[in-house]
Order: sequence, then C-alpha cells, then structure tokens
Amino acid sequence: MLAQILSAARFSLLTFRRNPAATFFTVVFPLLFLVIFGFIFGNETLDSGAKVATFQVPGILTLAIVSATFFNLAMGMVVRRESGQLKRLRATPLRPIVWIAGQVLGSFVLVAFMTVVVTLGGRVLFDVAFNVSTLGQFVLFILLGSATFCALGLAITAVIPNIDAAPAITNLVVFPLYFVSDVFLLTDDTGGFIGNVGDFFPVKPLANLLQPTYFPSEFGTLDIEMRSIVTLAIWCVIGIALASRFFRWMPQQDRR
Amino acid sequence: MARAIDVRGLTKTYTLRSGDTIEAVRGVDLHVDEGEILAFLGSNGAGKTTTIEILEGFRDRTGGDVTVLGQDPATAPLSWREDIGVVLQESEPSPELTVEEVMTQYASYYRAPRSIDEILELVGLADHRMQRNKVLSGGQKRRLDLALALIGDPKLVFLDEPTTGFDPSARRDAWGMIERLRELGTTVLLTTHYMDEAEQLSDRIVVISGGRIIAEGTADALADQVQLKTRVSWDPGEVPVSAVPDVLRSDLEEGDDVVRIETDDVTAIVHALSSWAADNGSALRSLGVVRPNLEDTFLRLTDTDEADDRGNQPDSSSSTGGGE
Repeated sequence: MLAQILSAARFSLLTFRRNPAATFFTVVFPLLFLVIFGFIFGNETLDSGAKVATFQVPGILTLAIVSATFFNLAMGMVVRRESGQLKRLRATPLRPIVWIAGQVLGSFVLVAFMTVVVTLGGRVLFDVAFNVSTLGQFVLFILLGSATFCALGLAITAVIPNIDAAPAITNLVVFPLYFVSDVFLLTDDTGGFIGNVGDFFPVKPLANLLQPTYFPSEFGTLDIEMRSIVTLAIWCVIGIALASRFFRWMPQQDRR
Repeated sequence: MARAIDVRGLTKTYTLRSGDTIEAVRGVDLHVDEGEILAFLGSNGAGKTTTIEILEGFRDRTGGDVTVLGQDPATAPLSWREDIGVVLQESEPSPELTVEEVMTQYASYYRAPRSIDEILELVGLADHRMQRNKVLSGGQKRRLDLALALIGDPKLVFLDEPTTGFDPSARRDAWGMIERLRELGTTVLLTTHYMDEAEQLSDRIVVISGGRIIAEGTADALADQVQLKTRVSWDPGEVPVSAVPDVLRSDLEEGDDVVRIETDDVTAIVHALSSWAADNGSALRSLGVVRPNLEDTFLRLTDTDEADDRGNQPDSSSSTGGGE
C-alpha cells in the first residue's frame, strides 16, 4: 500500500512538473510576490524594531502553501474528474483512498520545496533569519496547515462544475482572504472588522503560526497563539468532513 | 457454457430535479457467455450506456438481478475489478505523462498485470511508448485507453463505443485489436451504433431501443427478422412511371427527379423498365438496385419499435428517450 501511495505521489509530481501553468502559479507566483512586496515595504521598520520583511516571508510562505495544496489539488482534481481520469481510476482495483493519499503526499513534497525556496529567498534578498530553535513547532504547523488546505482543496471541487470554473471559484474563495490574513500586508490586530475577519478563516492563523520562526531574536520572541492552532485544526476537521462527504469521482455530465 | 454476464429484468429510472421521471432501462434481459463477443447496439438515448454502466458498477439500478463474473456489481469488492477491463466513452489519460508512464502507473494497480511491452504491441503503440499522451492522435489515445483496460489481464472487457469518431482506417485497426482479444479468449461486451461493426466483430448482436431489448441474434438473423425489401430507383425523365405495370406499383414513391420502389420482385420491375427503355431507345443510366444493408436493418428495427411505442402508449411522450 505504501508503495502504491509513493507511486501515486511520484506521478502526481511528474504531472505537476510538466504542467507550466501549475508550476508558474505554485513556484514562480509566490516568489514574484515576495520580491515585489519585499522591495516596496520590506525594509521599513516596525515599532518592535523588526523589518516588515520578517513578516512578509511567513506571509508569502503561507500563500505558497495554499497554492501547493488547495489550488494544486482543487484544479488538478477537477481536470482529472472532468476528463474522465478519476472515473477510469475507479474502474481499477486500486483503493481510492490510496490514490488520494498519493496526491496529498505530492502536495506535501511541494510544500517542503517551497518552504526551502521562500526561506532562502527571504534570507538572500531581505536578510530575514530562520530561528532554528523553533524548527519543531514550525514543521508541525506546516503539516497542520498543509493538511487543512489539502482537505479544503478536495472539498471545494464539489462546488466546481467544470474545468473553466475552477480558477475563478478557487481564487474567489481565497484571494480576498490574503488581504486580511497577514499575507500581503499586516492587519491591525487592535480591532475593527478588517483586523478580525481573517481570524475566522484558516489563512491568517497559519501565517501567524509561522511568524515566530522568522522574527529576529534580538527583538525578542513572538508567542504562539493557541487560538490560531485551534482555528486551523477546526478548519482541518471541517475540510476532511466535507471532502469525505462531497468529493465526486464522476464527471458532471454523468451525474443524475 | 458459463456466463460472464447475466442480467434479468434490469430497470433504471432517473428522477429529474423537476420531479419528472425517466425510465431509461425498462426490463432488460441479457447474457454474455464466457469467451463470447457480444455487440450491444442502440442509438443515442436507447439505454445502452446506462445499462453498461450498471454492469460496470458505476451506476446503481432501480430493479432486476445483475451478475457480472459471479458478483453483483453494486456490492462487489474491489478485487472483482482485477478481472474487468473498462474502456470508457470519454476518458483521456494524463496529457503530461508518456505512454509508458501511464501504463506503468496502471500496471501497479493490479495484482498480476500483463507485460507493458506485450500490451503496447497488441494495440500498436509500441513505437509511441516514450511520447507524451497529449501529442497522440485521437485514434492513438483510444488505443492507449484500450491498453489501460487490458493491462490487468482481464477476463471481461467492456468497450463503450470504441471507434466513435475514428476515420475508416483507424476503425479497421481497432477491429483488428478486438479480433485479437477474441484469440486471447477474452469475453467482450461491445457497445456501438454501427451495425457493420457489430456484424464484423461479434458472435451475437443485441439491439436495445427505448430501454428494452427489441432484437437478438446474429446479423443475418436480424436481417431476416425485419425482411427488408430491395429498393429500385430511376429517373422518371428516362422511363415514365407508366412503364411499370400497375400490379407492381404498390410501394412506389415519386420524387421530382427520382422514382423509388421497394419490392421483393426485383426481376419483374427491372424487366418492365428495361423493356420500355429498349423499345424507346433510352439508356436507363439512372437505374439503381440497392439491397438492404445492415444499417437499414438497424434503422428499421429501431423505427418499428419507436412506432410501436407511440401506438401503444399515446401519453408516454414525456417518459421515453433520454437514457444517457
């Protein structure tokens, strides 16, 4: 079974690598944002003394994780479902969950790759440090965030009727969240609608949980907020529940 | 002989969002013997795809008994699929992968797969194994689809319209592949809407129309069943209709520049026409004598059935058709 999961992950990554659009949006897009936002605001100094870039790196890493999991799986699954590949797969003796596990594992590998790329990019371009002492919690949060967005990516395919609608629906759901979730800009946490709305969705908690790892130690340490962990975990459970209930293997035209 | 597929009294009713119901399959009895190639013939909306997808385990049924390789497809375990190959009507393997990669992937899903070399040879894709799927032609993609269906070494293969959209030479190639399946002893259930394909490939033909089996047998037996007449046609400018004796004119059809008669007595009509032409110096170049072909047999079978339906159930217009 493990061999089958690894094999499914390998072919999923191979498919990804040979698809220029997927590669662009998952690998190049986050780096572009890092460079653009970094050079515009990155060197400004915050009240704490730390540079804005120390928050931009975990923000862009969050975006990269969402791309590698949520977008990657949602788009890939709709394409495979509507072109009949998933139906074809169900005609074989392969256990469906094994194949799904392979796709999720493939996404995790992309997340690992992007974590290294974004961290190195932040270091080279904006001199953002990586607090090795936080490595344990960092890996745990990356895994929790990746699992959550994989589950949500699989779940959202249920409301995407066809390939054409996939980019529009996935972007519509996630893009606005980036602006209230400490991804592109830091929100004012002292209150107000914009400051708080991001707390209810999974993007901001993930970004917040990754921030301590990049915060320069000479200015102190950032606390891990329990609320963020709980919010993310709740979304993870919701995502898995929705995906198990509503994920469909048959193309739209086959359903009655 | 043991039966690979046994279906009794199969029904399937779809309920639309509007609350209306469609009876796509209305009591189908069907069996396929082991090693047999059965052609399942029907026009679009006849209930063909619904029936086959129930047999493949992709759809649940409303009623009836279905056994495929000893199991009920609705409750069969995954291991049941070890022995079943499926070629879907619409399915495209990952365009980014090569032929060999996608074959390797599918081979890993089965306990005892056949060798990739052997299957690619069988479907004629051996020279394309390093090519990405996206550069394959339509016919090559269908062959790859067949190769994927065969890689698990199935006892039973479902081929759902395997040659739809093929050019004539690609169709001949596909026929050759299906012939080779026969040599391997594989049981095949083939759906098609081409009568010639059914005749060429199958041991037996079953015709479905309006959700019911309306005819069954060899191509010859089906042709006998409908007893089509031979069609004689000519240009009335060359030979007037009056040249044909009154007694022979029963099924005469007059158009602007063509006259047609459907008849069992070809000799008498051609004799009358040629006598008149000889007497009047006409070359009779437009004469056509066409024997009914299998396509006509199929059309007649399905037409008759639809006419019967209308006759028997005057209010049934909302409940017929649209099974797929």
